[in-house]
Amino acid sequence: MSKAQAVAYKQGDYKSKVKPIWCPGCGDYHVLISITRALAEIGVAPEDVAVISGIGCSSRIPAYTNCYGFHGVHGRSLALAAGLKVARPDLTVLITSGDGDGFSIGGNHFLHACRRNVDMTYIVMDNRVYGMTKGQPSPTTEPDWDSALSPGGTGLRPFHPLVIALASGANFVARTFSGDPNGTARVLVEAIRHPGFSFVEILSPCVTFRPDEKEWKNMVHTAPVEPTDDAARAARRIMTDDGFNLGVLYRGHRAPYQPEIGTASVDVADLEEAFLL
Amino acid sequence: MSSSKRNDAGNPRQSVSIAIVGSGGTGALTAGAMLLEAAGRVGLYGLMTRSVGPQIRGGEAAALLRFSAQPLACMGDSYDLLIAIDWRNADRFAAEIALTKDSVVIGDPRGGDMPEMVPESGARTAEIAMKALAKDIPGGRQNMIALGVAVGLLGLPEADLFAVIEKQLGKKGDEAVTASKAAIEVGLAEAAKLDHAVPLSVPSANAEKPERWMITGNEAAGMGAIRGGIRFAAAYPITPATEILEWLAPALTKVGGVLVQAEDELASINMVIGASFGGKPSLTATSGPGLALMIESLGLATAAEIPIVVVDVMRGGPSTGIPTKSEQSDLNIAIHGCHGDAPHLVLAPLSVGDCLFTTQWAAHLAEAMQAPAVVLSDQFLGQTRALIERPADVAFIAQRAAVTEAVNDYRRYALTAEAVSPMAIPGVAGGQYTADGLTHDEAGTPSSAAGHHEAQLDKRRDKIETFTYGDHWADIEGEGEVAVLTWGSLTGPAREAVARLAEDGIKARLVALRLIAPLQVEQLATALAGCKRVLVVEQTHSGQFYRYLRSMCDLPDEVRAFHRAGPLQIRPSEIDAQIREWRS
Repeated sequence: MSKAQAVAYKQGDYKSKVKPIWCPGCGDYHVLISITRALAEIGVAPEDVAVISGIGCSSRIPAYTNCYGFHGVHGRSLALAAGLKVARPDLTVLITSGDGDGFSIGGNHFLHACRRNVDMTYIVMDNRVYGMTKGQPSPTTEPDWDSALSPGGTGLRPFHPLVIALASGANFVARTFSGDPNGTARVLVEAIRHPGFSFVEILSPCVTFRPDEKEWKNMVHTAPVEPTDDAARAARRIMTDDGFNLGVLYRGHRAPYQPEIGTASVDVADLEEAFLL
Repeated sequence: MSSSKRNDAGNPRQSVSIAIVGSGGTGALTAGAMLLEAAGRVGLYGLMTRSVGPQIRGGEAAALLRFSAQPLACMGDSYDLLIAIDWRNADRFAAEIALTKDSVVIGDPRGGDMPEMVPESGARTAEIAMKALAKDIPGGRQNMIALGVAVGLLGLPEADLFAVIEKQLGKKGDEAVTASKAAIEVGLAEAAKLDHAVPLSVPSANAEKPERWMITGNEAAGMGAIRGGIRFAAAYPITPATEILEWLAPALTKVGGVLVQAEDELASINMVIGASFGGKPSLTATSGPGLALMIESLGLATAAEIPIVVVDVMRGGPSTGIPTKSEQSDLNIAIHGCHGDAPHLVLAPLSVGDCLFTTQWAAHLAEAMQAPAVVLSDQFLGQTRALIERPADVAFIAQRAAVTEAVNDYRRYALTAEAVSPMAIPGVAGGQYTADGLTHDEAGTPSSAAGHHEAQLDKRRDKIETFTYGDHWADIEGEGEVAVLTWGSLTGPAREAVARLAEDGIKARLVALRLIAPLQVEQLATALAGCKRVLVVEQTHSGQFYRYLRSMCDLPDEVRAFHRAGPLQIRPSEIDAQIREWRS
């Protein structure tokens, strides 16, 4: 169903008229811009793109695009997207999620999506907080971050999504900052084009519940080294960096999981032979 | 369809029930399966159900079989013949193998202690040293001796059994075939020494042999899915549903479809929702614990109007319950499990063979109404292997009202006369929309407005409630002022009970629901018109079906609920007795 490549798409062709519900200053506005910019750069027809999500601020993105979208239940977007992509390999499939939806309730699917390596792009807007439920700690929140639900902090160590992705078999791993929409768009173009499961963690500040994250713009920096295809090396770098190292960090060569859906080789009636005595 | 008549040895019976038991690894189930296939070759009807413990190796195993020249809907009341390869762990299934003084019980003198139930029943007993006899045959196995004994006592032709042996063991080589045949010959010779025959009325050898299928309900559900147009499945293993998925995995590939193994049931249902969103009719299969995990997403499929089929092969519950044994106790969660008002379809196959039709019909209905359909099979239907006539071809196939050409001003959830809105499939220009579990307007845009909420709730209710389901909503048989009202796999025992009553001149109706939700209230009232007494029969501890009926419709004045938990399936004689007792 791919369209003639002659059509030149503009960024606006990928935006819907639905007004976002996000707070003024939310990092996710810039992520929406980056996604539409990347799709225009790639030039895939909007109707050939599906944007799949779960629940949370970041999961609202599908309706703000002019692509096919699915805003499903909390934490299950990767599974829904995998079913779609396996059934419809002709589509470009993006998943938009957040640190709660993606790493807490959806944690198991994250591991298995990396492992399964279906050719799709997982975009996680990490703001280290549950924003839609008004400020609770997520799996990436600092242990001493105070909140009504966990007074004095959780005391729990935040985990490293990028390292988990590498250990689980993701084929492309990158970190970007929402405040740099051009840089993010460039990485997304590469992620979408890279075969297999691509994981892009976007540091996207929650200005309402984590105003301290406004400082991120002064903390981020471009990764000082080239991407590697050695997962162990990439993991070591990520484990030891300051968490604000941006860029493509890992490019793998694993073949994507895509069971062949051929044409029927037998009539349905032929399957009955096995039951006939 | 009558009961096993307690005739003297020598007179053929209408049906014969046989149990072959042994500890895990003795091959009781293999012997049972071969006996079933041999009977099928003769043109008999038959059923074989397994009773096994949760152990993979070393537990107890019982092959429970029943044969007749007439179609069989359920297991019998008691067993005519019990062959114990050994008696280890026999106490675990003693309650499931009812014996009478007319039963014949054969054991191995070195097979351990005979359980109390045998002498208590007054059954006739005999000893055959199956293990010792097998040792004298190179490569001989005791289960093949047991098989020879069974065939000998039944009076089935040896040639048909040998044909099965050659087919089943041929790939293992000539030695395996020769050893098995030799062991069977020994078993036949031992049977000839006994005066305990349980002969069955076998169709005449001259009669034209009808086409017979040998199939389990789980295989039939898979076949029905493919006949109905299902081309994508997602799978997470769970007893007793796994065989549906294992059958579908290679079968789907052959018909241009695909099966994906998921990491859990939360994933498997979301995978089928995703594939169906992409335009592929999709199915998953599970059992109670898996259905519980899927429920949130079943609500998503309802709200987003994505057709999917979920086959729930029910087992004992709650929690882990009895994974290997049957119950009908997922009825409540299947109908009422979703939060919010979430109308969807719930169906139940009425026999092993009907798993094919009902799953096929479910695929058709789900696609026609863009709604999820839950098919409530159970361990008995799913894992019983049956000899049946080839299920008829029916025209039901997945046919979705879809937008396949470029459109303008598309509204995914447009309010239409039939309440079903044409669904744009990704790839169609101008059809872009976001499927959403959030309340939405006609265009699919999220909304929390009261008007939008009510309009879409009405739409999702109306499309299901105003659909014309035709005659398949129930099987209705017989006449009279008494009715047995049941559903799903309890239809078999109920049908046999009604037939027995009819033999004695007692008129009774059978009303067996295949479409559980939406309940066809008016049609049910018509089916029960003129009835004074209704016996509601089901395999649940609390009477879930009875309570559901009571909440939904008026029933005749005198209604009795007859139900109990699994795994002891309610027997035809118990239903029969309920009706007779009520009349007197």
